[in-house]
Amino acid sequence: MKKAGKDKDVFGAVSRRTFIKGLGATAVSTVAAQTAAVAQELERVNAEKVVGPGAVPVTLTVNGEKLQLQLEPRVTLLDALRNYSSLTGSKEGCDRAACGACTVLFDGAPIYGCQKLAIEAQGHEITTIEGLAKNGSLTKVQQAFIDKDALQCGYCTPGFVMSVTALLNKNPRPTLEEAKHACSGNLCRCGTQPHILKAVLEAAGIGMAEKTGKTEGIKHA
Amino acid sequence: MPEWPTVRKYISGDTRRVDAVPKVTGRARYSSDIQATGWLYGMILRSKWPAAKILSVNLDKALKIPGIKAAVLARDGQFTVRYYGEEIAAVAGTTKQACLDALRAIEVNAEPSPDFVVHEDDAIKDGSPQVWKGVSNASDPHVRKRGDVDSAFSECAAIIEGFYSTPVQLHNPMETHGNTVSWTDEGVTVWASTQGIGSVQDGFAGALGLDASKVRVLTDYMGGGFGSKFGAGVEGVLAARLSKQANAPVRLMLTRFDEALAVGNRPSSFQKIKMGALADGKLHAFQLENYGTPGVGAGGDSGGGGGGANIQAPYLYKVPNIHSSQRSVAVNAGSARAFRAPGNPPASYGMECAMDELAVKLGMDPLEFRLINDPVEIRRNEYNVGAAHIGWKEKYKKPGSSPGVVKTGIGCAGANWPGGRGSPDTSGEAQINPDGSIEIRIGVQDIGTGTKTVIAVVAAEMLGLRPDQITVKVGDTNFPPGTGSGGSNTCPSVAPVVYDVCSNALQQLQSKSGFADARGDNWFPACKKLGVTPLKVTGQWQQSLAGGPAYGVQFAEVEVDTETGLVTVKKIVAVHDCGLIIDHLTLESQINGGCIIGMGYALYEERVMDRVSGVVLNPNFETYKLSGIADVPEIEAVLINMPERGVIGIGEPSTVPTAGAIANAVANAIGVRVPHLPITPAKVLAALGKVPPPVTA
Repeated sequence: MKKAGKDKDVFGAVSRRTFIKGLGATAVSTVAAQTAAVAQELERVNAEKVVGPGAVPVTLTVNGEKLQLQLEPRVTLLDALRNYSSLTGSKEGCDRAACGACTVLFDGAPIYGCQKLAIEAQGHEITTIEGLAKNGSLTKVQQAFIDKDALQCGYCTPGFVMSVTALLNKNPRPTLEEAKHACSGNLCRCGTQPHILKAVLEAAGIGMAEKTGKTEGIKHA
Repeated sequence: MPEWPTVRKYISGDTRRVDAVPKVTGRARYSSDIQATGWLYGMILRSKWPAAKILSVNLDKALKIPGIKAAVLARDGQFTVRYYGEEIAAVAGTTKQACLDALRAIEVNAEPSPDFVVHEDDAIKDGSPQVWKGVSNASDPHVRKRGDVDSAFSECAAIIEGFYSTPVQLHNPMETHGNTVSWTDEGVTVWASTQGIGSVQDGFAGALGLDASKVRVLTDYMGGGFGSKFGAGVEGVLAARLSKQANAPVRLMLTRFDEALAVGNRPSSFQKIKMGALADGKLHAFQLENYGTPGVGAGGDSGGGGGGANIQAPYLYKVPNIHSSQRSVAVNAGSARAFRAPGNPPASYGMECAMDELAVKLGMDPLEFRLINDPVEIRRNEYNVGAAHIGWKEKYKKPGSSPGVVKTGIGCAGANWPGGRGSPDTSGEAQINPDGSIEIRIGVQDIGTGTKTVIAVVAAEMLGLRPDQITVKVGDTNFPPGTGSGGSNTCPSVAPVVYDVCSNALQQLQSKSGFADARGDNWFPACKKLGVTPLKVTGQWQQSLAGGPAYGVQFAEVEVDTETGLVTVKKIVAVHDCGLIIDHLTLESQINGGCIIGMGYALYEERVMDRVSGVVLNPNFETYKLSGIADVPEIEAVLINMPERGVIGIGEPSTVPTAGAIANAVANAIGVRVPHLPITPAKVLAALGKVPPPVTA
């Protein structure tokens, strides 16, 4: 379950909302009569807003640093990070909002990087997996993933770590159900989910009875 | 004969994954993260027809798209495509966007054919369109006979007949298939997302007409394979040709869509089983008719079915009278590849369903029935251990007797894995520096199982150091060659090699330094005596240190909502013989993973083909459902430690019995069987007679 942060409309000089506001209440209420005029005005304003299809300058704020890129407007945030900069920590698993390997924080909220155009991400604070450990010291979430072996091949791991980080920022002592809910937008094919849940509780400082990991000897021929 | 140390500090302990920090910080560079200087993006154009003659392909317009640097044809001249998704051409350009535009600009002149068949039950019928013209879709039956089943059935006290099926399952590793390939005058460098750097090297060398020595394969990190990532692949060879044409490295990773079409799957099975037992509960007669599809590859040059969909039957059990007949059926769909324990999950599923049904008919407890019939003592013991953990005695009740709307049930099933023994073809080397640092190099790869960690743990144990003091290098064909990660063989291959490397290192270091024992506290002073010359040693695999085969049993407890048909797995107890456990922590992860993929097989996963259009209908994660975190039950891994058996691989056996155990638990809960995987709510309701059976695509 992903929610974008505040839906700020920062791109372009005139947002659609301010344009309609600018037309005034009368114009909106009698819009049917003035369709042609509105269409004309929209076209004029949009013409000012249209960018692309060629590359345009885009400035992203990633992990507190400015990233200045030349991107076609159709380039996604994930594509910009992975293929136009060296930030390959966010992974591409599906490129269609299903696997969560590309999860990044967008003004603190977890989003799928593959579903946000890079130009729309301008003016927002983006945090990727590379931005968590400050001066080489791991976060509690990262350390818990290591301690509980909450990773196997590791390809989904950045996405899970970001989802869990966002959860604990908002809800420092989640229940197991809340942890499952927060990670329900992330897939793992190696089958690491039981250890990920352990890691969430560990990072939240919640003790969990160790029910697994029994070793037994049996007699054999 | 070398033996494992009996006093162990790190072996069988809980060592954290040695490459965990790069993985949790995003520093780990996977094959899809490689940004070689001047790299280009690559993409593939695939057939949108399940059967067609490709008359011509024009790349001119694609090459004119700004940013496009190369375009190649998958095959020259006219050719036939036999499945939706077969490769036609590929492009490389400076951006993904340029490649997307270029794929749209490729002109394909084709004659689509209406003669295709995508369902195995259609393909097996007389008069079905032939996937390979002039060749029967179905192979000749593979027949196995023992004793006389007909007269044996007349001696049985109880007989059941069942029809059980398993779908085509897709591997869907989180990192798709693909490579970054750089082809220069010096040779080819491949950063491959592979589970077999050696087989990829051979594959590229063969396909490109180069000596293997001119191909170097590198795999620092890769995002899962599950059996489908051993070869160079069409996508790899296309990337190489694009690289040569563009004179630049090309990164060509498949899309998630591509993954469902062309890079492997687990064959289906349609098992008609008749089985009987004597009054004392001993299995007496077994009859099987099975067919399944390994995709398009079942036909063609192999003469109408080169196998690929057959299963071992009657799987774990020894039955005196057997008649089995199996056929592989070609369809117009992507070919099968090895998939975690090839052949075993469907074999276990069909047989274990039949076991439960026969036990019920005999009026026996299914666990008791297994204990009577399972020929392997280790597994019988595992059943007893698992039964105690899940509370079989208290929880097992007559099928369908659970009260209320949401019914509970319990089931079990067994696994056999002939592999897990290690490969004699694995060797390794170490460099020990005068400062005491040591680097171990083995030409294997870590597909996420913890291979690097296994190497560090064994070396630390042998040398009296800590695992973090060992530098581990794998994933490079310039290192001494090692096994591919298949057959659950990596751990039992590398652990004995590291043992031997370290034994040789100690021997030489002791002789050069004069220390009688160079381990532990003496390690650094001994290394200092090397002066300025590092010590280089090699090591070989040692049979006495590895074990196998591997046995295992699993128990599942489920809840079935008889109003919605929803199955919820509450608990799995997985009891596996792990021989000498190297690292408890990563082993437990692998067993969890085996159970979870097995649970997906039981409840969610199925490639769905459309009869009318011949396309894959669910080539994405919205419609091909993997087990999510909220679906995953409590999994109790009970690891049977038998150090005297040596090191055994566990990746495959842990996924074998899960689906059978869950299916039996569902049947136990609701009193009727849902015989066709996956056990969807619609099928549960149909089995209960509440809705008509679901119609297939």
